[in-house]
Amino acid sequence: MTTIDERPDVAGGGPAAEIGQPRKRKEDQHLITGRTTWTDNLTLPGMVHLAILRSPMAHARITAVDVSPALSRPGVLAAFSGQDFAETQGSIPCAWPVTPEMVNPGHPSLAVDVVNHVGEAVAVVVARDKVAAQDALEAIEIDYEPLPVVLDMEAAVADGADKVHAHTESNRSFTWTFESGAAGTGAPIEEVLGQAEVTVRRRFLQQRLIPAFMEPRSTVVQPVGDGFTMWSATQVPHILRLMLALTLGVPEHKVRVIAPDVGGGFGGKLQVTPEEVITALVARRLGKPAKYTESRSESLMSAHHGRDQIQDITITARRDGTVTGLDVHLYADMGAYLRLVSPGVPVLGAFMFNSIYKFDAYRFVCEGVFTNKTPTDAYRGAGRPEATFAIERIIDELAVELGMDRMELRRKNWISHEEFPFTTVAGLTYDSGNYEAATDRALELFGWDDLVAEQADRRSRKDPVQLGLGISTFTEMCGLAPSRVLGALSYAAGGWETATIRMLPSGKVEVITGTSPHGQGHETAWSQIVADQLGVPFDDVEVLHGDTASSPRGLDSYGSRSLVVGGIAVVQAAQKVIAKARRLAAHLLEASEDDLEFSGGSFTVKGSPGSSKSLAELAFAVFSAHDLPEGMEPELDATATFDPENFSFPHGTHLCAIEVDTETGFSTIRRYVCVDDIGEVINPLIVDGQVHGGLAQGIAQALYEEAVYDEEGNLTTGSFVDYLLPSAADLPSFTTDRTVSRSTTNPLGVKGVGEAGTIASTPAVVNAIVDALRPWGINDVQMPCTPERVWRAISQGAEKSDRDPGGTVAWGGISTSSSDGSSAAEGDQL
Amino acid sequence: MTRVNLTVDGTAYTDEVEPRTLLVHYLREQLGKIGTVVGCDTSNCGACTVLLDGKSVKSCSVLAVQADGAAVTTVEGLAGPDGSLHPIQQAFHDKHALQCGFCTPGMMLAACDLLRDNPSPSEQEVREGIEGNLCRCTGYQNIVAAIQAAGQAMRTGSNGAANNGSADSDPAATVPAGSQEVSA
Repeated sequence: MTTIDERPDVAGGGPAAEIGQPRKRKEDQHLITGRTTWTDNLTLPGMVHLAILRSPMAHARITAVDVSPALSRPGVLAAFSGQDFAETQGSIPCAWPVTPEMVNPGHPSLAVDVVNHVGEAVAVVVARDKVAAQDALEAIEIDYEPLPVVLDMEAAVADGADKVHAHTESNRSFTWTFESGAAGTGAPIEEVLGQAEVTVRRRFLQQRLIPAFMEPRSTVVQPVGDGFTMWSATQVPHILRLMLALTLGVPEHKVRVIAPDVGGGFGGKLQVTPEEVITALVARRLGKPAKYTESRSESLMSAHHGRDQIQDITITARRDGTVTGLDVHLYADMGAYLRLVSPGVPVLGAFMFNSIYKFDAYRFVCEGVFTNKTPTDAYRGAGRPEATFAIERIIDELAVELGMDRMELRRKNWISHEEFPFTTVAGLTYDSGNYEAATDRALELFGWDDLVAEQADRRSRKDPVQLGLGISTFTEMCGLAPSRVLGALSYAAGGWETATIRMLPSGKVEVITGTSPHGQGHETAWSQIVADQLGVPFDDVEVLHGDTASSPRGLDSYGSRSLVVGGIAVVQAAQKVIAKARRLAAHLLEASEDDLEFSGGSFTVKGSPGSSKSLAELAFAVFSAHDLPEGMEPELDATATFDPENFSFPHGTHLCAIEVDTETGFSTIRRYVCVDDIGEVINPLIVDGQVHGGLAQGIAQALYEEAVYDEEGNLTTGSFVDYLLPSAADLPSFTTDRTVSRSTTNPLGVKGVGEAGTIASTPAVVNAIVDALRPWGINDVQMPCTPERVWRAISQGAEKSDRDPGGTVAWGGISTSSSDGSSAAEGDQL
Repeated sequence: MTRVNLTVDGTAYTDEVEPRTLLVHYLREQLGKIGTVVGCDTSNCGACTVLLDGKSVKSCSVLAVQADGAAVTTVEGLAGPDGSLHPIQQAFHDKHALQCGFCTPGMMLAACDLLRDNPSPSEQEVREGIEGNLCRCTGYQNIVAAIQAAGQAMRTGSNGAANNGSADSDPAATVPAGSQEVSA
């Protein structure tokens, strides 16, 4: 690991710093022995089970529904349609009205009179066991009158288009714009575009993806008095509690939400789901604890999807390779409804298209569009992978147009390490970074020159297996988020995080965090932070989370925020504990607070090393409370809430070498190197794991995954047979390394790592594939770059090819023009 | 209803089951063996993998009645009676081969079968051997490393847990050939 900045001493001192150690995880023991608390494992006395009937139609009017035949089936206790809850179910909330004019058509949990996507819940059966409930679904009688199905975003916004929602004016939900001239962050975009020496335009497609966490969603609701307790497979127990209260009209203090063991989320469990609302409605209606657990097929159909954008992007540059303008237009598919942060996802990308490069002018226009598909919302990266893909792809295309080396073009335009802090054309201030260091290290590990030579050799030999080399030099905005920024973006909530530290009489420590881990290892990492802060043993720290009764305040885990925001709250809470303890120690040691030193978990009087009080002794002293300073409350516990002043900006350089068999179109990743700069590292074992998993998901977008709908709006990738999650055999071993540029906006110098791998890897892979195919005149392959798509691109792109080019699915319509008037339609028909 | 007799993690059970009941549902709902989980409905994900007479099966693809007379090992039966971890459990912990942990039970049991067949697999052999088990968190790299490390530990006996457990539930020990008669 290359350390660019010196790491300061650990606060609180101590013999051996825990921060930076590859501690094995505290979380593992119960997970490797099967003593797990997944929501679906929970059984309560008298519990009933739900099964949900889902729409087979993408768009239809419900003309008749009769659930009563299900009631005569064995074991069935009740059955409900949307009519039964029409007055009580409220609307699934959308917390991010990105513009004042944004159209939100409302989102019933159980469809009442219209269905808007295949898989939408239309009725629910309640039975004594799950099988009985599922068996009875077939007895429900329901008539649908088909309505026109809206699937294509461009067709959806055309004049006279059929509408998803009859009561809205059009299929546009919102148009969100940013322009550097108007914002005062750069030159007017039209001026810069008009003066361009070189212009490259591209259309890229972000296919629809499915988060596909391994644990299917599950919810248990127990009525308690006039409120209820909900266990749910959620990333956001705190947000869920508030939203359930607002949606159902139950006072917030009567709602408790518990996220027990949660099996992955990746944004997919950052939601208030119809299934959670339905389970709560049923449990309260019947006065019995109720459980709903989805099948994988239900999950793929009805849990929110991600990505799905049409990106039209224009980049301008001078002939010498200096980039000048960036103009981005997005169509972002919202699907049938707006869920919790659906509109905010593409808008987050607005600040990242310019990435690490210095543009004079920038414009971003995003149109949110309704279609008769499953709603989209956050998926790992949420707006930033889309932006990174587009900029890293078009930088490569610009290099080809200019005849420049791809890395030289990047070096010429990125922010150099002497220029930080740097305010970008999108208005963000990047606090730190060193793109040169990360890139140099990545090139070294990759063996770039040798691979370039091999590529040349394979090209000259016309080897059927060609080698492509892909670059992605990226940054991301993490640590969501400064509350004032969220306010400026019209998000309904803030971005702070809370932590409480409780000093127990025996000297053990409880940490209550508002973050809600579901695989990230916060119990281990937070213990390391607290061990260093308080000078207590790692094993003496217990981290509590995921229950709104014990952890009443928090904004949960997403957006690479947990460490950068929640971890800093832990540090600040620890500092408050030390401040309280200092006062007590001074009293007991009969010294001035100013004369005390805190190190290794003990206060000592400067100059008299013999007299000291350990934190454990002080914790017992407040418990007994026999001898406290005048007016001191008998406790050392402290709570801190941290609101970041800025985002953090991890960055890195990812390099991919891929072998493309030009006869079959099959691609095999030969080497993948990434050097990430995520600032200081709390636990390198956990960090490497986060990077590996992120890479797998980003590579999966490039090569494997796509949610596909047929012309009637049926999801044809509705099981793991068709929605291709990569297996171990589909992925390579990754070479990972790090450089360290400390974040300057938080005391740990950390930046966040949850999404880096996913954001960076997709363009590295696709750039590699396109690089392999350049000799065929190919300049894009639509994701996922399946063997069929690669083969068809080659067949169509190759001159004198005798292969049938029909039916290509690679995107066409690409054009490049220069200001000298020449215009080349490069690979128009790819 | 059909009567089945089987041994699960060393305990003998006799139960009445519906003929259509899948082994995984029998384990979870009738026996309370909730360490074994359900991740899909098409036999793709492998989260429900258990050992049936020492061989890994996806317990969503086996009827409970097909397990009649067999010995089943779930994740709950991997550790020794004294709680000492099986080498595969230890290796998953040591190598950070799990994040959310949902795929972990099935992944470890698939690995047990893989190592029984091939005690010293190459990286590629491990990757192909666990192709039927999906993980969404780890990118597999640390899982592969853990399985290789467990194989090493089991070959050299460097992990004290390698020989614990009863013969019919310990996949590291000699696995009985074919189905085993178990008296209920």
